[in-house]
Amino acid sequence: MTTAMEQLYQQVILDHAKHPHGRGLAVAPVSGVLSAESHQVNPTCGDEVTLQVDVDDSGVVRDVRWEGQGCSISQASVSVLHDLVVDQPLATVGDLGATFRALMQTKGAGLGDEDAEDALGDANAFTGVGKFSARVKCALLGWVALSDALIKTGASADKENA
Amino acid sequence: MTSTIEAPHTMSATELAAVRADFPLLERTLRDGRALVYLDSGATSQKPDVVLDAEQDFYLQRNAAVHRGAHQLAEEATEAFEDARARVARFVGVDDDEIVWTTNATAGINLVAYAMSNASLGRGGEAARRFALAPGDEIVVTEAEHHANLVPWQELAARTGAVLRWIGVSDDGRLRVDQLDQVVGPRTRVIAFTHASNVTGAITDVAPFVAAARRVGALTVLDACQSVPHLPVDLHELGVDFAAFSGHKMFGPTGVGALYGRRELLAAMPPVTTGGSMVEVVTMEATTYAPPPQRFEAGTQMVSQAVAMGAAATYLSDIGMTAIAEHEAHLARLLLDAVASVPGVRVIGPTDTADRLATVSFVVDGVHAHDVGQVLDDAGVAVRVGHHCAQPLHRRFGVAATARASAAVYTTDEEIEVFREALSGVRAFFGLEAPASNEGAA
Repeated sequence: MTTAMEQLYQQVILDHAKHPHGRGLAVAPVSGVLSAESHQVNPTCGDEVTLQVDVDDSGVVRDVRWEGQGCSISQASVSVLHDLVVDQPLATVGDLGATFRALMQTKGAGLGDEDAEDALGDANAFTGVGKFSARVKCALLGWVALSDALIKTGASADKENA
Repeated sequence: MTSTIEAPHTMSATELAAVRADFPLLERTLRDGRALVYLDSGATSQKPDVVLDAEQDFYLQRNAAVHRGAHQLAEEATEAFEDARARVARFVGVDDDEIVWTTNATAGINLVAYAMSNASLGRGGEAARRFALAPGDEIVVTEAEHHANLVPWQELAARTGAVLRWIGVSDDGRLRVDQLDQVVGPRTRVIAFTHASNVTGAITDVAPFVAAARRVGALTVLDACQSVPHLPVDLHELGVDFAAFSGHKMFGPTGVGALYGRRELLAAMPPVTTGGSMVEVVTMEATTYAPPPQRFEAGTQMVSQAVAMGAAATYLSDIGMTAIAEHEAHLARLLLDAVASVPGVRVIGPTDTADRLATVSFVVDGVHAHDVGQVLDDAGVAVRVGHHCAQPLHRRFGVAATARASAAVYTTDEEIEVFREALSGVRAFFGLEAPASNEGAA
């Protein structure tokens, strides 16, 4: 395999795809939190994810649960997202989403920003995805679902400062 | 209809090399200098020099507005445009005035569906009554349809109150012809079906569909996108009422396609897109319409593309559709063998070469089609991944996506070997064992 392929399919991605974190939706409403669900489809390939998010009244993401089917990039990305955002305040979650989207636009070069890389943790493994423009949508599918679900909860990032 | 070709392919290495030399793009290399192995002709074919030259020559030598103006250039442009129509008509065995230019096959199918819609509103008068649908009338499609031959009929049903019914698909990807008797009934007004599936590669036996339609007085609409570039097709002989196909899948340019309609049907059908070039007499109160095919060609047409599509039809005819079909039957055998040789890979569609295109869709156990496509791409092999605009058919087989290798006349044995080798490395790349047994997919 070529270097580009190794950069695309880093071991972290293959591991998350094989053993995803946060998988399994709640059937009953979760009490004491604002919950919402989003279903997102990549119409070009049929990849899909259904993601539930719980936000507590202090504006912290308490849990993310999801189900999905799709390529290793899309499924691993939701798994990594789960690990990154659970127990984080909404403002941090918003920043992580923005940083990850920015990373996808670097065409594989990376952000060149140590703080951003520290924050993204395992999500840095997706840097090589940016080289393959057709796959960027795969990596973003879960993040789109998370943004949509958070909007539906009605929770706002300002709450933690309120 | 189409017989199995058991004989070895008749195209010699020299002939194949000559064909490939007509397609400059096939010579380009990809990342890291890898050779291109183009197995995505089912999505769009590459273009030979003669097609590119025809389009350029039109603009360099004959460009003018067609069907208007009395100057020499306008005459020459009109001749080129109509000559292309004649070439395409001959190519599919119909008369010149039975070919309507469309922007693509999707537009051709929509043209028929919207003409029926207009007839249902009373447009076209008594002559157009046979196109009119009433609540409770039935439209029959198949589960194998490309969305282009499904969604327009769902929409027509929704607009008219007609009911959509469909023929199923067998486990080996063939249309369930045996269901025609149950599904087609006295209320059936139209049967729309594919001539060859863009997913399974199965070629439809058209005769029973036409017979079923005739028994109940229904119209037939054939999606001929996948058949026309690969098989000898004679639409008069097949006896269908309408057929749509696109230029870009048959070595022509994008932006142009053709709709065949039986002469008396086109003559009775109300227009869809209205405006310039499709009229006879226009007053402030009312308009009378030009005879077909002009009635269905409102506005400035895609003249250079039509001219190039005509050149593509001639190019295919010059090689010979029988020779092409024989070479591709050989390629179908090689593709099926290649896929069968790799453990953990399963074909969605017929595994025999009878009545089948060299279009083979497959799933790799435990690896998503996108990931399969990425590994193949790394070896320079271009295949399509996803649902190929046929979600119901994928649902029928319980898969969300497949990878599809589709050949054309320029495909070589060596290319299929590169494909086979790359495919054999897919499961190992994703850390899956490659035993003889098919372990469960995640």
